[in-house]
Amino acid sequence: MKKVLSMVLAVLFVLTAFVSCGKGNETPAVSGEGNNAATEATLLLGGIGPLTGPAASYGQAVKDGAQLAVDEINAAGGVNGMKLELNFQDDEHDAEKSVNAYNALMDAGMKLLIGTVTSNPCVAVAAEAAEDNVFLLTPSGSAVECIKNDNAFRICFSDPNQGIGAADYIAENAVAEKIAVIYNSSDVYSQGIYEKFNAEAAEKNLTIVAAEAFTKDSATDFSVQLQKIKDSGADLLFLPIYYQEAALILEQASKLGLDVKYFGCDGLDGIIDQLGADKAALAEGVMLLTPFAADADDEKTQKFTAAYKAAYNDAIPTQFAADGYDAIYTVKAAIEKAGITDANISASDLCDALVKAMVEITVDGVTGEMTWDASGEPEKTPKAMVIKDGSYSAM
Amino acid sequence: MSSFFSYLITGISLGSIYALIALGYTMVYGIAKMLNFAHGDVIMIGGYIVFTAVSTLGWSSGLGIFGAIFCGILGCLLLGVLVEKVAYKPLRNAPSLAVLITAIGVSYLLQNIALLIFGSNPKNFSSVVMFDGFSIGKVRISGETVVTIAVSVLIMIGLTLFVNHTKSGMAMLAVSEDKGAAQLMGVNVNRTISLTFAIGSALAGVASILLCSTYPLLSPYTGAMPGIKAFTAAVFGGIGSIPGAMIGGVILGVIESLSKAYISSQFSDAIVFGVLIIVLLVKPTGIMGKKLNEKV
Repeated sequence: MKKVLSMVLAVLFVLTAFVSCGKGNETPAVSGEGNNAATEATLLLGGIGPLTGPAASYGQAVKDGAQLAVDEINAAGGVNGMKLELNFQDDEHDAEKSVNAYNALMDAGMKLLIGTVTSNPCVAVAAEAAEDNVFLLTPSGSAVECIKNDNAFRICFSDPNQGIGAADYIAENAVAEKIAVIYNSSDVYSQGIYEKFNAEAAEKNLTIVAAEAFTKDSATDFSVQLQKIKDSGADLLFLPIYYQEAALILEQASKLGLDVKYFGCDGLDGIIDQLGADKAALAEGVMLLTPFAADADDEKTQKFTAAYKAAYNDAIPTQFAADGYDAIYTVKAAIEKAGITDANISASDLCDALVKAMVEITVDGVTGEMTWDASGEPEKTPKAMVIKDGSYSAM
Repeated sequence: MSSFFSYLITGISLGSIYALIALGYTMVYGIAKMLNFAHGDVIMIGGYIVFTAVSTLGWSSGLGIFGAIFCGILGCLLLGVLVEKVAYKPLRNAPSLAVLITAIGVSYLLQNIALLIFGSNPKNFSSVVMFDGFSIGKVRISGETVVTIAVSVLIMIGLTLFVNHTKSGMAMLAVSEDKGAAQLMGVNVNRTISLTFAIGSALAGVASILLCSTYPLLSPYTGAMPGIKAFTAAVFGGIGSIPGAMIGGVILGVIESLSKAYISSQFSDAIVFGVLIIVLLVKPTGIMGKKLNEKV
């Protein structure tokens, strides 16, 4: 079996090489762009996230949101006279590929990093960025470790905050008393939320009657877990997981005749599209904590949603698109605060200046009004949403 | 008690799918003495063919569904035969290691082709089972479960009859026993191997439809894990043995389901493979495996 494994690895390695070659052709002359950028007073922002692979919808949304913000800022004259340019690389939600993408961006002359989009790769890249002293702002990497270094900040809520927020919301609004959980024990995001949720639920006198796990290798069959939950008499199922598995769970639960309420975190964003038109009804009434809803009625959100729809074929922006959009405006605010005017500044000097500026700025973004402390954690309030008539609306 | 029954049904249903896939592994191994690691990916391609027919071409009504199922099975069959002709036949006399590497290469090739054509976003497969299932007491049995178990039982009976009572079937047995001697007795070895691949891949086509109907998430990696589990089931039952693959598959499914239910949902895979290790320590050729006498 060892032989087989080593062969598998060898083949994988060769294929990876081919894949990255292919990617290279799509974005020709990466390094050339970087050099030109420097001479035209353009600040090169790196972005990393999954554009293909199982979490592709997050990366694509962040990229689209961020690109929209970059275009808006450039159209309005740039930041302190500098134009912005976003070079967004694919990491397929894989830590190793993410580090490769980071190195490619550094070679291309990246000054700061927007990313990475997903938690596992972000933890790996954060270590590299800390070593190089490159400013890192993750739009949506919610694991605690993503921003443990001084050079790293984030836009979204952390996993613990989501877990605590979810338990508090359920307790305060008396949504349910007996709670079951299904979480992905092979994923740092899911595990992180579950642990905090568990602790907070105990404090708020919520009873967790069933806590079931799955791993990435057993992420298709949930019938046993759902049967156990059915037997436990739970009236709410908490799903701190991503939308693909959640879609399967909703479907299998309906086949099993499980009648519970569903509550999730920002990973559930995207579940309506995943279920597809003929099964979207299964998601009706699913509640989730997320800082952004495209149909919220404040002016900022509406303006963003309209611009996003116009730019991307009427696509409705998700929370991830909003995170990407806010990340760029946060960078803009920080650069302005730090008074950076030289696009040729070294990434390390820029990082030192931005880290100082970050704790002083307030950004009123589409995901809420944010301030940061030195830990890199944003201060903002989570909003609970419910899926009604095939879209997210505030509760 | 009703829960236990329900876990058992889940396990048997899952195990039946493993068994169908394991049949492909075990038949090919029995005859060509090679591990066809691309088998799991043939399943994935089958899933995409049916998905395209049902969701993209809109064959979702009565007759269309049967057309889609037929296309899926036929597509897998042709793919299996094609892979054998292009990748494995030229290596018939090559060392088994070379064939193994080729099989792994084909596996990645198929995955990457699917990635290229269908993209990496998982597709939502609409079940082809039109029947809603029923309840016995408190136990709810879904239509997919009923159909999976029924289809698997029928296929296993049919395959057993085919192998033991038809000329082609007996030729397969003869080739698996001794390739050289079979050839001397007038059996067309190459045609028999192709036939084995065709049957194995058609079974993969059936398995893909059942798998995707039960667990309706289709991605280029859908076939990988069931493929490994089915390979395990084939080894468990005794690789090369057809009844062994069936029994191995069902037992594996039941162990997986029960260990998820009563021990830990997190460690179910570890338990499954742990049981495999114990079985192989006690009986190295698997449950139904023939004892091999080393030729000196």
